Amino acid sequence: MHLVKVARAAEGEEFNPPGPADFEFPPIFGDGTFFTKPMLIVVLGSLAIAVLFYLAARRAALVPAKAQFMGESVYGFVRNGIVGDSIGRAGRPFVPLLTTMFVFIAVLNIAGVIPVLQLPATSKIAIPLFLALISWGVFNYVGIRRHGFVGYFKNMMFPPGLPKWIYILLAPLEFFSTVIIRPITLTLRLTLNMFAGHLVLLLTVLGGEYLLVDKGGVYAVMSVVPFGLAIILTFFEAFVQVLQAYVFVLLTALYIAGALADDH
Amino acid sequence: MEGNLNMVGYGLAAIGPGVGVGLIFAAYINGVARQPEARGVLQGIALLGFALVEALAIIGIGLAFVL
Repeated sequence: MHLVKVARAAEGEEFNPPGPADFEFPPIFGDGTFFTKPMLIVVLGSLAIAVLFYLAARRAALVPAKAQFMGESVYGFVRNGIVGDSIGRAGRPFVPLLTTMFVFIAVLNIAGVIPVLQLPATSKIAIPLFLALISWGVFNYVGIRRHGFVGYFKNMMFPPGLPKWIYILLAPLEFFSTVIIRPITLTLRLTLNMFAGHLVLLLTVLGGEYLLVDKGGVYAVMSVVPFGLAIILTFFEAFVQVLQAYVFVLLTALYIAGALADDH
Repeated sequence: MEGNLNMVGYGLAAIGPGVGVGLIFAAYINGVARQPEARGVLQGIALLGFALVEALAIIGIGLAFVL
């Protein structure tokens, strides 16, 4: 299986810095780009989530055991920490969706620091794009169902209590930012955070490997620096990966709250 | 020397969001120092502001690779 790219800088003395090409993988089976390493991570991650939540919910008891407690604390975090603060009680129906989103994104991100996998599947734009489209569909649907089609856009584009002439500027701006910019920034924020984080890790590890293996001598001693950085940055990346999952879900919750609100 | 001028451009473009993120967390620390019990509320707002500002830097790195 071609899970890991090998023999990058083997030829020549030059150091090849990592680039976007490091995110393209050969198919594991079949041909084309259908089943590559990110796809494998998505499948494994989904299975892991399903098993974990099954174990957590299997013997639900009044006094929770370890597995149930873990599942409940994740759910409770999304319900109280994200939805409770942003939407309030009206947000209860969205908690299952947001919890699923949070766990899915967090697990796919964390794959970036798990040995052997070591690739955040969300660094491929298709996955965040799909999640952002779900989020976009949900908050628009919720808003239209709450206020009606005309009412929703009137609420969004014409917030009351402003001088008339300002709506010429405000209405297209609000429409643009809500309907078009929101899904784009959701997608790009998650994708490129993971992309940049993975690139930095690759740079430190490949740089250290270059100094140690290809250069040797005095340079081999200096390879301690990039390798040490790689370890520190791995922990930092783990933090960023969970934070980005939190941010994605928090923004989705805020968008839903905005769509539900009576005035802007 | 080889390389891509885009990366220098990205370095320059990252100054703005860097200052912005610094300001946000400075304000957050100030707020918590003045009123420690408001930490929970402030944390969500600070992280939200951080995410919105950071989007600029992130779009920058995307453009640096794409353009």
